[in-house]
Amino acid sequence: MGPINRSEILIALAGNPNSGKSTLFNAITGARQHVGNYPGITVEKKEGFYDFNGRSLRLVDLPGTYSLTAYSLEERVARELLANERPAAVINVVDASNLERNLYLTVQILEMGIPVIVALNMVDVAKGRGIEIDAQLLAERLGFPVVPTVARRGEGKTELMEKVLAFADENQRREPLRLYYGPDIDPVLDDMEREIAASGFLTEVYPPRWTALKYLEADEQILDAGNAADPEVSRRLLEKAHRVTEHIKATLDSYPEAIIADHRYGFITALLKGGVVRKSPRADRLYLSDQIDKVLTNRFFGPLVMVLILYAVYQFTFRYSEIPVNLLEKVFSALGDWCLATLPEGPLRSLLVSGIIDGVGGVLGFVPLIVFMFFAIAFLEDTGYLARCAYMLDRIFRIFGLHGNSFMAYIISGGIAGGCAVPGVMATRTLRSSRERLATLLTVPFMNCGAKLPVFALLIASFFSEHRAQMMFLLTILSWSMALFLAKLIRVTLLKGPSTPFLLELPPYRLPTFKGLLIHTWERTWQYIQKAGSVILAISILLWALMTYPGLPEERREAFQAERLAVVEALPSPYREAAASGEPPDAGAPPAVRAAWERLRALDAGESRDALMYSFAGRMGRSLEALTRWCGFDWRTNVALVGGFAAKEVIISTLGTAYSLGETDSEESLSLSRRLQKDPQWNPLVALTAMVFIMLYSPCFVTVTCIVKESGTWKWGLFSMVFSTTIAFILAVLLYQIGRALGFGA
Amino acid sequence: MPTVMLRHMLSGQRGVVSKVIANGELGRRIRDMGLVPGTPIMIQGRAPLKDPVAVRVRNFTLTLRNNEADFIHVEVEDH
Repeated sequence: MGPINRSEILIALAGNPNSGKSTLFNAITGARQHVGNYPGITVEKKEGFYDFNGRSLRLVDLPGTYSLTAYSLEERVARELLANERPAAVINVVDASNLERNLYLTVQILEMGIPVIVALNMVDVAKGRGIEIDAQLLAERLGFPVVPTVARRGEGKTELMEKVLAFADENQRREPLRLYYGPDIDPVLDDMEREIAASGFLTEVYPPRWTALKYLEADEQILDAGNAADPEVSRRLLEKAHRVTEHIKATLDSYPEAIIADHRYGFITALLKGGVVRKSPRADRLYLSDQIDKVLTNRFFGPLVMVLILYAVYQFTFRYSEIPVNLLEKVFSALGDWCLATLPEGPLRSLLVSGIIDGVGGVLGFVPLIVFMFFAIAFLEDTGYLARCAYMLDRIFRIFGLHGNSFMAYIISGGIAGGCAVPGVMATRTLRSSRERLATLLTVPFMNCGAKLPVFALLIASFFSEHRAQMMFLLTILSWSMALFLAKLIRVTLLKGPSTPFLLELPPYRLPTFKGLLIHTWERTWQYIQKAGSVILAISILLWALMTYPGLPEERREAFQAERLAVVEALPSPYREAAASGEPPDAGAPPAVRAAWERLRALDAGESRDALMYSFAGRMGRSLEALTRWCGFDWRTNVALVGGFAAKEVIISTLGTAYSLGETDSEESLSLSRRLQKDPQWNPLVALTAMVFIMLYSPCFVTVTCIVKESGTWKWGLFSMVFSTTIAFILAVLLYQIGRALGFGA
Repeated sequence: MPTVMLRHMLSGQRGVVSKVIANGELGRRIRDMGLVPGTPIMIQGRAPLKDPVAVRVRNFTLTLRNNEADFIHVEVEDH
């Protein structure tokens, strides 16, 4: 807190969800806005700037709330900001066609004694529905300016800001709105107010009557603050509140908070009486929105349409992002090649290419995917369809302790095989309650994302080539069952507690503005790039170091070098230089030259295999054998799984190195698939066990980073890694041991 | 006029909220959404699995689960 900064005036934007608040915020601030999180919590904090007649306004977009109770994080954030930072004024955005409920929040802000300018938004929509509002009359009755606006088109924006500035300049403390709450509440309220004012109880921050109200409403946050400030006064207030609560229970079979809410609505009804709202008879007929809902949420058509729409989202995201994703991949591999060509061989080059470029490339490679996915989600969200999905699916997901909205996160993460857990984790933002949200966050990585698919494809091709489709189907079913089962497990143990009330508004269908969609998409993408970037770079360097150091001892390297020299020496002299340079021989070269070239490649591969075995990761892999032999994995699989923490695709390339591709026993070089088939360590049972393990074990670190960011603490990221890996291990051991006992995989 | 629990209302049926017997978080949520005694409501429909229920109230559509609807008593127009 502090004196109001004259050069920069703080204005807060408040309003219900779906009131057009964000659209108005975007219209006012344009590009001059930025998004962050409120310190320590995951509620988004949007701020923007607006210059008007040489004055600079700082606009804070409060989270959308229906009221200012302190149950949800959003409400708490909104209330704290209003109380502690005392904005010069609040622009309260209300939906003109839904005035009664929207004004409920207005009344609560006024009760806090903060000046309000009402932006009567979407007056065009209301008019279309046959609802007309006399803004002048409403302003007179409220005692505060009311400006009709159409945020989508920026109408009323200038007038609104003029009023805001004029209001801020008056800079007088407004008296908090005093409502009357009937003969049971009022005498006690007055009594409590006097006591609070006399003792200066919390008056630094809250108006006395407001604090008294909160004691009557049994608002935990204020009770705690009061207890800390002055236990004695707090105790007396509590006693009074308790007495009136008992009285109301006995005489009216009700609660003070219910009576207070009734009177607030009573006040609003009176406010709107006598010509403020004029409704034509057609206002009551079914709106277009309701007619669309008759089909889209129909018992039979609803689920069908939903499947089609989800399929379309999927196609849109994964098909159209493929081109930019491939393009970025090419850019990064070209950059890698360029480094390989220009820099001298050595640890620096290896760090740059394998550590940094691969690591950063891995993060940025996701970006187009995330952009497309967030665009699709923003579209579904802004049109109002996402709320319908939650409505239709809530019943099923509730069985597993989740929420209707969890569905979207599962689908994105690979519910239809091929998604990605990173945008999936970020999509859990649409879930408002923390228990369901965390349970969803922790289980979406079990879905079969696009990076697991090539690994599955390789193993299926090697060991189940007769039953490809069936195996893939089995894996999809398994991942869904595990995710839902484990979500249930988490919800009845760690995140125990009743499900959060499901009171969800189905907003009217609306065509989103393109600008709004772009802003929405960009905000989330930028947050991903910023927050994920730094951690991921560090971990990818760490993994690179694990797989590179310590290098092979000098004498072993020399032995490989000597063998290479011997091969080159054995060639006729015209070919020696070409062979030493590593260039593949021409098509017309004699067979001996070709054989020598292959022999050299095999030596290279053998050296990298030995180096990998000798590295920290290799040693880790070998020491893990003590554990993993229970599920049939040897050190090579272990190293690949360690590498898979970087990204699941890495499993294949690491297996390739570990099995030293390029070694030529015969004329042809063996593919990894053939190599695995021939290796006695592998068989169909091991392959199946490995696939189950890969499906379930620790999410890749990009996902872990996002879990940390979305949950707000490292604890859940670590938990996710340990929990997933433990579950994967237990299941793999069970599968392998039972399989062996039954005689599979000799 | 007969009073029933919101759960038992039929699709398309109208009525007026007579009592909300929930307190705490659920009670607040219900009241924040404008469901207080005296409010006219209409059942707009039910989800494909018959739960949650969609209610038209004060010019907007609110959905809530059946077990939450049990806390809301409604005087219905007729059966």
